[in-house]
Amino acid sequence: MNTVRVVVALGRRSVLQTFRRPQLLAPLIVFPTLLLAIQTGGAGAAVNLPGFPPVDSFLSFMLAGAMIQSTLLAGNAAGIALAVDIEMGFTDRLLAAPIPRWSIVVGRLAGAAALGTFSAVWFLAIGLIFGVEIAEGIPGVLLMIAVTTLSALAFGTLGAAIALRSGSASVVQGMFPLVFVILFLSSAFFPQELLQEPAKTIAQFNPASFIVDAVRDPVISAFSSEDLWKGLAGIALVGFVGSVLSAGALKRRLRTG
Amino acid sequence: MGGAGSVALTADLQTIGAMMRRSANELIRVPGAAIPGVLAPTIFFLGLTAAFGSLIELRGFDVSSYQSFLIPVSMLQGAGFTGAAAGVNLARDIEIGLFDRFLASPAPRWVLIAGVVLSASVRSLIPASVLLVVALIVGADFPGLGGLLLAFFLVMWMAIVAACWGVTLALRFKTQAAAPLMQAVMLALILCTTAYAPQELLTGWLYTVAEINPITQVVEAARQGFTGTITWAGTWPALVALLGFTVVLGGFALRGMRRTAY
Repeated sequence: MNTVRVVVALGRRSVLQTFRRPQLLAPLIVFPTLLLAIQTGGAGAAVNLPGFPPVDSFLSFMLAGAMIQSTLLAGNAAGIALAVDIEMGFTDRLLAAPIPRWSIVVGRLAGAAALGTFSAVWFLAIGLIFGVEIAEGIPGVLLMIAVTTLSALAFGTLGAAIALRSGSASVVQGMFPLVFVILFLSSAFFPQELLQEPAKTIAQFNPASFIVDAVRDPVISAFSSEDLWKGLAGIALVGFVGSVLSAGALKRRLRTG
Repeated sequence: MGGAGSVALTADLQTIGAMMRRSANELIRVPGAAIPGVLAPTIFFLGLTAAFGSLIELRGFDVSSYQSFLIPVSMLQGAGFTGAAAGVNLARDIEIGLFDRFLASPAPRWVLIAGVVLSASVRSLIPASVLLVVALIVGADFPGLGGLLLAFFLVMWMAIVAACWGVTLALRFKTQAAAPLMQAVMLALILCTTAYAPQELLTGWLYTVAEINPITQVVEAARQGFTGTITWAGTWPALVALLGFTVVLGGFALRGMRRTAY
């Protein structure tokens, strides 16, 4: 019970920290929103391409991509914030406290998950304001929020692993462009069948594609359990790899100081 | 009197030269200083061509490759980032107190700004050159010597505009935390144009914004050599647009400098 309180307190701290520092929040919301608006207007005619899935508008298609972009950036922001804590010595104080060590990382991840929920609601609101119809209605909306939240949690483990390994905020911040590499090599911005090689082939195996498709499915078509399971498997894979790397990095940090 | 003016001008030019050498030194002494300005536009160029390459199959999209269509935008984007970085570097100098020492020197205020801005202009050639090589490797058409010179000229001028914006914000906020604002505005300015598709294929709000955004003229002018032939009619609107931005943003930067100095 005490551990739960620690996780909740650290999670609350990380959310408040993000909202109090515009430089942490801006990349999560402003950048994906800006890109969503520009890409929707700039490549909107793509819905007329042969092979493009039937959608009401390009915004309907792009919404899931913007959400997952935001959660990837939330994972990166969580890593930056954790690295800042390490640099400032705050993590050392937590390590000296009578709390499980893993709760320090999980607290930060809880904050990342909360930001994932926030970004899901933000982009859903934008979509609904600009005329997107969620094909699966309220259950579809809830499913999108749940998958987006879980994906933020999973991507947060990768951010935490880099932060714990490097202990440097600038190193984690340097991973920022990697977010776009992952996105461009997935079906986040365009249907996989219409991507150019080698992105087309890579997107077939990129877990981000499965996650985006799971979020997109309730918007543009009838619910498909296959897409959902693939999405959840993608999240589980990313989360597992990130957790293993985080645990290893934390253990190394405790050993080497 | 004329002799004194000539000496003063020589001194001003020497100061500008020194500021530019200082900027170049950073590139030599700080490994990776040029990477942020190169990496982001390169990732965007490769990513966008991979994602949106099929757009050229749309009726009305008359180009041989999407790489040729997009590369001028990415080069201008690189200039935007480089210019914004000049603002960030100035904010850093203000934070550590170095800029106060520049202000205490007998150099005129405009000379200090000119040094920062012209450094950015020259540095913008690095991302532009890297991007061009990458683009040619992945299938962009060679724009010819005229197209190449025009594109580089516009890129350098765009970096001046972006640096004026960055300097204005650096002098206003006096902190590197203003970096996202410096970058985001330049990014929006360059992408809210015919960056992704020709004007006729843009949809919704972007169609209108791209039509009135003067930077659209710059994108179209820089694109000429890559997708067709260079004409004066396609070039002069870009020069007017960049001149306008330079006068306005340069004026803001000078005003900020005067407020900082007194």
